[in-house]
Amino acid sequence: MKTNPTRTGQPKAGPVKAKSDTYVLRLYVAGQTPKSITAFANLKKICEENLAGRYNIQVIDLLENPKLARGDQILAIPTLVRKLPVPIRKIIGDLSNTERVLIGLDLRPGA
Amino acid sequence: MAKPRTQIPAIKKQLPKSPTGIQGLDEITGGGLPKGRPTLICGGAGCGKTLLAMEFLVNGARLFNESGVFMAFEETAKELIKNVASLGFDMRDLTARKKIVLDFVYLEPIEIEESGEYNLEGLFIRLGQAIDSIGAKRVVLDTIESLFSGLPNPHILRAELRRLFRWLKEKGVTAIITGERGEATLTRRGLEEYVSDCVIVLDHRVADQISSRRLRVVKYRGSTHGTNEYPFLIDEDGISVLPVTSLGLQQIASTARIPTGIPRLDAMLGGAGYYKGSNVLVSGTAGTGKTSVAVLFAVSACSRGERALYFSFEESPSQIIRNMRSIGIDLEPWVQKGLLQFQANRPTFAGLEMHLMTISKAVNAFKPQVVIFDPLTSFIIGDNENEVKMMVMRLMDLMKINKCTTLFTSLILGGSSSEQSQLHIASLIDTWLLLDDIEIGGERNRGIYILKSRGMAHTNQIREFLLTDHGVELRDVYVGPSGVLTGSARLVQEAQEKAVQTLREQEVESRQLELERKRTVLDAQIAALRAEFAVQEIASIKIIGQEQAQEAQLVKERADMGRSRKADKALTKQKEPRNENKPNQNRAA
Repeated sequence: MKTNPTRTGQPKAGPVKAKSDTYVLRLYVAGQTPKSITAFANLKKICEENLAGRYNIQVIDLLENPKLARGDQILAIPTLVRKLPVPIRKIIGDLSNTERVLIGLDLRPGA
Repeated sequence: MAKPRTQIPAIKKQLPKSPTGIQGLDEITGGGLPKGRPTLICGGAGCGKTLLAMEFLVNGARLFNESGVFMAFEETAKELIKNVASLGFDMRDLTARKKIVLDFVYLEPIEIEESGEYNLEGLFIRLGQAIDSIGAKRVVLDTIESLFSGLPNPHILRAELRRLFRWLKEKGVTAIITGERGEATLTRRGLEEYVSDCVIVLDHRVADQISSRRLRVVKYRGSTHGTNEYPFLIDEDGISVLPVTSLGLQQIASTARIPTGIPRLDAMLGGAGYYKGSNVLVSGTAGTGKTSVAVLFAVSACSRGERALYFSFEESPSQIIRNMRSIGIDLEPWVQKGLLQFQANRPTFAGLEMHLMTISKAVNAFKPQVVIFDPLTSFIIGDNENEVKMMVMRLMDLMKINKCTTLFTSLILGGSSSEQSQLHIASLIDTWLLLDDIEIGGERNRGIYILKSRGMAHTNQIREFLLTDHGVELRDVYVGPSGVLTGSARLVQEAQEKAVQTLREQEVESRQLELERKRTVLDAQIAALRAEFAVQEIASIKIIGQEQAQEAQLVKERADMGRSRKADKALTKQKEPRNENKPNQNRAA
């Protein structure tokens, strides 16, 4: 991982475990818009339900750190990036469609 | 770079513009792209969109002190740097000096899953950050349409792009958005709906296996612009656009004259040669000496210390030099002195535009006073006469701008009327010389006419055109009952005339001799008479003298006698007048 994830502003949670099966998730937002708040809430809920104890969420506010948009090739907001396990996956949108989020995170085999 | 905008005098009232620094494009658009607004550049693959956009940024940084952001959606920064390095753009240096920011936006559709609504705030932030980091005034988005293949939900994308272009306007940056040509629309995703201030279409066409690029300003809100399709070129110096009618026939005509290199031809053209800065067409069938006329003109310029540029489309320079030696012209010294430069290219080597550009560049670099094109007709391949005519027109404009006296040669194919110029450019030509074959008595000879020569008194007569080992000679031709006589027929006629003249001369001489003889005879007679008279005169004078002596003696004797007889004085006095009168009477007799 090149970029040093910066934790900012938002409430973040999740026990940090350096296990191989730990999901490292990064949520890119731009300010506290309703969409980003929804996205975070949705993500938190999905993680708790499916990855309890095996996840780590970092929230990056691009308004505060605009340079970080380059590293993960972020265009859409909000974007969730699954850094670990590899391969990298991206899910854009407010994560309101739980099914698609689970597919995106490879938590569900096939669609 | 940016040409004077004489044709658009009301420039101040127009939109503020952002010069591209691309040769020709600023002329067409009347000063550049709309400042602070987005411009759409669209066209098919490989038509030069990215390059045009890149040149806009590089020129901005180099020439106009405006830094820029290049956001690439298709090529990585490394690839871009490499690609444009071949055109002489040192992107590494420009990025290091914070003049240009290259940002590669990469989207891998496989990686991306959509869940719910999103916006492109990330792109905005990223672009905004790049713009603010160097205070950019120019932005390029190349090719933003690839977002459509990378991101789901085109409805959101469309709305977001519209927002993006508005946002760019608010930021006050001059932006170029490139787009791939669509089936029936200018761009595949109909970007022209959102970017409506200025739309430029690039095209790349192949005709007769020769490709040519074209550029057209489809739309330019709030500004006049050239509406034609303009050919453009991409070469080692980047893009150059050639406005067809860039100059509105405003050149100032020179009244200065320039010798043709053939003294007799000067005489035919009112005694002084061509007008400086005019264009001359020398047309003729094969082997009539067109190249010789052209070379002599170039040589005469060189001998005055002027520069001559010779574009040869059929012969190599060494071939021309060798061939000209046969008529006693050595070009080598002028080439070595740097006054004569050859540019030899096959017409098929490139498209017409490319030729025009290379010609333009060579002229700008060499700054010649005299330019030769030999022959123009070799550009005609297939049925591209119209295009060639357009090119020649632009060529002439180019030469007039550069104040070059230009000589074109043009081959007339056997069989076609010699006065019909193949290119139908006759009306554009100032001075038109026609070299013609005259066939009499089983031989071909060359003749030269002046078909037209604008603005000067010129002879309407044909002259015989001789290629000798000491250059070109023009001779009067004989016009007899059987028509114009040239070559041997002329020589025969010359001999006959000479014989007649000799005869006449002899006659005159003999008459003069006769006259002389008569004069001598007369003189002799006069002398004889005079001699005879002289003899008689002497005799007469002698007799007179004797008679006077006798008279005197008589008087004396009478006086003596009187003295002895003692006569009175009165008597002697009376006799004296009578004595004096006597000699007078004698002389009169």
